[in-house]
Amino acid sequence: MVLLSILSIPFIAAIILLFVKPNEKANYIAIASTGITLALALNIAFNGAANFDASWIPSINARFVLTADGLSKILLLLTGISFPTIFIATSKNEIKNRAQFLSLMLFTQTGLLGVFLAGDALLFYFFWELALIPVYFLCSIWGGEKRVAVTFKFFIYTFLGSLFMLIGIILVYTHTADQSFAIQAFKQATLSSGQQLTAFALFFTAFAIKMPIFPLHTWQPDAYEQSPTAVTMVLSAVMVKMGIYGVMRWLMPLFPDAFSAHSNFVVTLSVIGILYASFIAIRQDDMKRLIAYSSIAHIGLMSAALFTNTEIGAQGVLIQLFSHGINVLGLWIIADIIEQQTGTRSLKEMGGLAKQNPTLGILLVGFAFANIALPLTNAFVGEFLMLNSLFQFKPWIAAAAGVSVVLAAIYTLNMVQKSAYGEVSEKMSKMQAPNMPAQFVLIVLLVVVIVSGVYPAPLFNLTADTLQQLFIK
Amino acid sequence: MNAIIASAFLGVLMMFASWIFDNEKTHTRIALAGLLALIVANVLQLNGIYTIPVDYKGLLSFTQFGLYVNTILFILTFLYVWLNGDEIAKIGNHAADFYALFFFVLCGASILTSFNNLLMLFIGVEILSIPLYILTGSDKKNLNSNEAALKYFLMGAFSTGIFLLGITFIYGATGTFQLLNPNVNPATGMVREQLMQSAGLILIFVSFNFKVSAAPFHFWTPDVYDGAPTVFTSFMATIVKATAIIAFVVLFHSQFKALGYAWELLLTFVLISTLFVGNITAVFQRSVKRMLAYSSIAQVGFMLFALYGPNNFANEGILLYIMAYSIASIGLFGVLIKMKDYSFEAFNGLAKKEPLLAGMTTLFLMSLAGIPLTGGFFAKYYMLNAAVQSGIGLWLVVVAILFAAISVYYYFKLIQAMYFAEGEPAIHEMGQSYKYKLLVFAILILALGILPNVFLSYLYF
Repeated sequence: MVLLSILSIPFIAAIILLFVKPNEKANYIAIASTGITLALALNIAFNGAANFDASWIPSINARFVLTADGLSKILLLLTGISFPTIFIATSKNEIKNRAQFLSLMLFTQTGLLGVFLAGDALLFYFFWELALIPVYFLCSIWGGEKRVAVTFKFFIYTFLGSLFMLIGIILVYTHTADQSFAIQAFKQATLSSGQQLTAFALFFTAFAIKMPIFPLHTWQPDAYEQSPTAVTMVLSAVMVKMGIYGVMRWLMPLFPDAFSAHSNFVVTLSVIGILYASFIAIRQDDMKRLIAYSSIAHIGLMSAALFTNTEIGAQGVLIQLFSHGINVLGLWIIADIIEQQTGTRSLKEMGGLAKQNPTLGILLVGFAFANIALPLTNAFVGEFLMLNSLFQFKPWIAAAAGVSVVLAAIYTLNMVQKSAYGEVSEKMSKMQAPNMPAQFVLIVLLVVVIVSGVYPAPLFNLTADTLQQLFIK
Repeated sequence: MNAIIASAFLGVLMMFASWIFDNEKTHTRIALAGLLALIVANVLQLNGIYTIPVDYKGLLSFTQFGLYVNTILFILTFLYVWLNGDEIAKIGNHAADFYALFFFVLCGASILTSFNNLLMLFIGVEILSIPLYILTGSDKKNLNSNEAALKYFLMGAFSTGIFLLGITFIYGATGTFQLLNPNVNPATGMVREQLMQSAGLILIFVSFNFKVSAAPFHFWTPDVYDGAPTVFTSFMATIVKATAIIAFVVLFHSQFKALGYAWELLLTFVLISTLFVGNITAVFQRSVKRMLAYSSIAQVGFMLFALYGPNNFANEGILLYIMAYSIASIGLFGVLIKMKDYSFEAFNGLAKKEPLLAGMTTLFLMSLAGIPLTGGFFAKYYMLNAAVQSGIGLWLVVVAILFAAISVYYYFKLIQAMYFAEGEPAIHEMGQSYKYKLLVFAILILALGILPNVFLSYLYF
């Protein structure tokens, strides 16, 4: 029942918000509901929760099944933390029709939570789409200048991907013993190696677009840039994790042979993507685009490590799923504060942030270190494990991926240098009084960064069962 | 049988209604009452209660499936008249005349869901078609409407000829009009008979493709749908098309399954060209009404997947499909009728002025595009599943999916106009009650998309 309630709370709050007029009250409702969701997520993560199982469409044997294992829990935690953080951090931003905006955001949260909890393939597909559609409207209504075209590209890309996944689901479904969508039945489906390959390709397309893996990433930088910042945060902190989640939940257990047969191919693509994104990030002047490309590079490392099909790599990815979300959230919030107060995203026009607002400057440095994965930050744990797995896989791959760590240091420190240090620029002098709610949230996030970097054991414990399922047959 | 008798009787009754009552509103009320009576009569038969015991001599057979389809069609017609009553009254002199034609169409429909004999099939198709020619040309002062009616009639007559020729060939080969008779046995039958049967089959196939407007026999569709008064386009594109598809599926599931490969190849060709023509042409339309005409062709492409059956997914899926498609389309046409101008630009800024209306239109469009949470998703899902289960190549499903993605483009163009473009929408005044009526359609679409089982479970009782 806890699983059902964590799903229904954002949904109910979203529906209430559709009918609420005053914008102030809307914020409180949204923050309160996400607060409850966070509490429930913590409860599920550390106390566990019983499966929820109800009849849905008996004639085709689709059931409404929600389950939570380590993989789900860690993403529940991330979703739980992200949304209240985003709402609080952007509470001072000017948003037209805030109630509708928040309502759509909460629908997105419902979809995301559903994706991470669904234990039935059709239900999974349902939530997969449910998470996408509100984002389409969010970006197209509240986004930047080129929003309609950019969002449509993003929508068509991901929609096409998920349609392929739908065919994959149908294909596996027809080969299950009892014609059901349950994940256990899917795991035991008897597929010939050719069919396994086809189904793998169909599922993989959907996940690769979502992550995104090079060369299917072209929707992402534009979408991140044009979306309203709150949505960008959701997209990069939580939504891209849907792709990784899909790989771990469906691809690895369902098609083990096809998975290991393609590891070379996907790892190579991912590493190309990492280097490509890192080099572009170095050239970026726009802070938002820089963070977007940096995020592509980080996700690329995760997909490379995942496809080495090693336990250590998967462990690293599980930790990094959480850590990357927190880090990128912190960077986006800082970028948003700067943009809101100075009206620019161009690094050339920045400078002197540390003088204008020392707290924010320190926070920026903190998150920048986490982005480079310095020891004592949360990202170090995950990246170390992931690079280790790549080294076990092929040393030259690890070498190539290792270059990306250096590149990450270059572009991240460059960003810090141009924005935080130097003389106070004309634009930066417009910085007003600090945005207290956002800074409070940032401090909380930084505490999470450091605590989980120094003492990551709880995260390891949380995900132990998933690893066991994946690697010990 | 109840439905056939009742609908014919009600049709005649409606003709006299215009003579007795002068008020158009009364006509609509009588028609609604008649439709309710028709639904009741049909549901009674579904539960085994008959009016008149008739010896059908094997010409008709009333199956659970057929009767359930009847119920769906009648309820759809009821909803359609309930929503569009005022609009129908605006056309021509007497609304009652049109209602009479609707009842005749439904009479043809109830024959088409229960035929067991090729002659009954022919009669059903004709009873269904002839009122449509009149409805198309009912806007007598409009040149487009006249042109459409003439075009439709000529092409329709032509296809009827082909249909009859096909039946003749099959009669020549098998010596009977009955369905479910063993086909010509490939092992013992003479080559000449086999050829005759195949020729007859192909002719019937072509003629049915014409009726459901599958490419390459679709050329009449855009002009007729565009020329006919929008209310009647709504009727023709949904309820009538659904009936024709059901008859098509029933015929090819029962009689010709055994012949297998030859016509499945033809079907694959027709299916792909229908998806291609419908989707690609719809992308380039400037008028929403014409876009919907082409989209209805594209939707037929998906419905044709049911022909690959028979399996559970095909049978249930085609029902879901006609429900989801018809409800969404009637709703969309219901919005379109209220627009002063049918171009995409006319919808600019609708979301600001009429948020509820825009929201419902979005829902209908999403259903047609097949996005989850709407009925259209399960409809498409069942169709694709039917195709995979019947063992045709997965590549065909992939092709269909690619076209479904293209369809998102033109459906979302309208959503983009409503939500993201600035402008003053050119819209007729409409009462609050009209919106609430549309809301019923929207709720049905959601219900179909979340719990399709509720609608399908009646199939098995």
